[in-house]
Amino acid sequence: MSRAGPRPTGAKAGPDGQAGPAPPVAAGAAGPGQPPAGPADPAADEAAQAAIPRVRSGRALAMASAALVVAVAVGVSVGPADLPLPAVGEALLTRLPWHPDMSVSVVAVTIVWQVRLPRVVLGALVGAMLAGGGAAYQGVFRNPLADPYLLGVAAGGGLGATMIIISGGNQALLAPAAFIGAGLAVAVTYVLGATGENRSTTGGATASIVLAGVAVAALFTAVQTYLQQEHTQVIQQIYAWILGSLTSASWSDVALILPYAAVAATLLLAHRRLLDVLRVGEVEASSLGVDIARLRVTVVIAATLGTAAAVAVSGLIGFVGIIIPHIVRLTAGASYRIVLPVSMIGGAAFLVLADVAARTVQAPSEVPIGVITALAGAPFFLFVLRSSRARRELA
Amino acid sequence: MITLDAVEVRYGTACALAGVSEQVPAGQWLGIIGPNGAGKTTLLRSIACLVPHAGMITIDGQPVSGLRRRRLARLVAYVPQLPALPPEMTVADYVLLGRTPHIGYLRMETDGDRQICAGLLGRLGLSPMTGRALATLSGGELQRVVLARALAQEAPVLLLDEPTSALDLGRRVDALELIDELRRERSLTVLSAVHDLTLAGQFADRLLLLDQGRVAATGPPASVLRDDVLTPRFGSGIHVIATGGTLVVMSRRPAARSQP
Repeated sequence: MSRAGPRPTGAKAGPDGQAGPAPPVAAGAAGPGQPPAGPADPAADEAAQAAIPRVRSGRALAMASAALVVAVAVGVSVGPADLPLPAVGEALLTRLPWHPDMSVSVVAVTIVWQVRLPRVVLGALVGAMLAGGGAAYQGVFRNPLADPYLLGVAAGGGLGATMIIISGGNQALLAPAAFIGAGLAVAVTYVLGATGENRSTTGGATASIVLAGVAVAALFTAVQTYLQQEHTQVIQQIYAWILGSLTSASWSDVALILPYAAVAATLLLAHRRLLDVLRVGEVEASSLGVDIARLRVTVVIAATLGTAAAVAVSGLIGFVGIIIPHIVRLTAGASYRIVLPVSMIGGAAFLVLADVAARTVQAPSEVPIGVITALAGAPFFLFVLRSSRARRELA
Repeated sequence: MITLDAVEVRYGTACALAGVSEQVPAGQWLGIIGPNGAGKTTLLRSIACLVPHAGMITIDGQPVSGLRRRRLARLVAYVPQLPALPPEMTVADYVLLGRTPHIGYLRMETDGDRQICAGLLGRLGLSPMTGRALATLSGGELQRVVLARALAQEAPVLLLDEPTSALDLGRRVDALELIDELRRERSLTVLSAVHDLTLAGQFADRLLLLDQGRVAATGPPASVLRDDVLTPRFGSGIHVIATGGTLVVMSRRPAARSQP
């Protein structure tokens, strides 16, 4: 390194600095009152450096977490059974390992612990997976319109569920079949779409994967529609599944999705910095040392595990995967260090609240939760879009 | 030392580079010139392994095509002609991207990485802009920010694709002067595609003239910047004039057409 010699920084930065407010900077780098040779000393350089801050996600995380706490509180407090709030609180506490001795009715405990709480927890997990999966897909495919269903999760899950319903199969097989169908559709998409990868060392296969996803989704949906029309006697049941619902939520559903959700969330969050690198595009990210093919396949597998599990227990709930990440981008910042964690927590809160609305606005019957997410989410999203500081950048 | 031996690149059936051989000693500046479509960008991209190539490209004896991406990114920093600049990303976060090859697969930047980037921002006169969004910077500032990201890789080889194309005439000289200073400070080997032949001749140690994917001429600037070498590639409007030890390459409307 030739750093040792008297670097001509002070002299040469002048012409360079004409670009803007740089000349005073060059002078500042030398340090006021220091000899011109000052910048050659690295210590002097460091003294004048503006420190580089970390990406701050704390405030957005705190706000999303607060929203989630409120949503969960509302979720366990609201329901057709008219339980007063203190009873709900006491019922919640009775299951803690050590709890104050309280006289709560068995009915209240059962309603809170076996009906409301599993539904709230399941809604939170599904919302987190859909919003986190959407954010990850938008990042890895660099497409603001990407949602977690982009590569065929919805069509595959729909076909799996339809096949169980028309065969009159066990209801317990519904979720596993939907999960397998969803995973299979994405696997077919990826294998077919990624073959173009060999043509480019930077893996310029993004477009072909997305297009393969469109084709595979069309194929699976066509088969599903055909089967559905051949079995009109169960069409209502199929349709109810497709619209999505948390109606039959139980702890076993939570147990089914939890491991996948944990793995998906961990993997996606671990890739948050690399998704930021990918914001400069695949070619430049490659030149910065990122193995694009490995990054893409890992993120797609993680997001697919999470969303396939969500689809398996709740059917198809649209819109969450697109609007939540974009609301986070528009209000909190576009770095994936913010977008991924805040979308997961915010998506959880949003879906819990949407489910509360779904089961109360038309009680005792339920409105499909997908209707609520779009009906409430779309106007809110448009409001954020119009009022935010950041219409400049969605991707 | 970068060695190119019979390098060939094909896009489908089209041949973008053929039989390119050249050696660039460490610490030298090779200017790559040639008309549009001659293969300048392709040559830079093949060294960075961003397009697959036939033949052999080695850096200090190691074939680049056998290196892992991370390893290669510690040897070679590449600045495209039109870098993607996420408008909301801050200058600091953008320059930190350059530390990627030094950060483990799922790890985060350390304070050391931050210090290196802060030092570069200071060196390039960008410290006051550290927290600003890229969308708010001028063309000249952006050019230095992109250079800072490339330098953050701490790679001994710097590949620059038309580093001055977005700048006005005065800024071009400033930018190349800065690159030259950094090259000497850090003993960098620089390969750059340059449109401005006059500037290329003044900054580069050697010039490589490409034409339709082949090497048309290579050597010290004085041996390449000659009417008889340039005219067949750029057309009859190109003339080289020597003034005060500088070779000025100028373009002129052919006389026959300027007077109707």
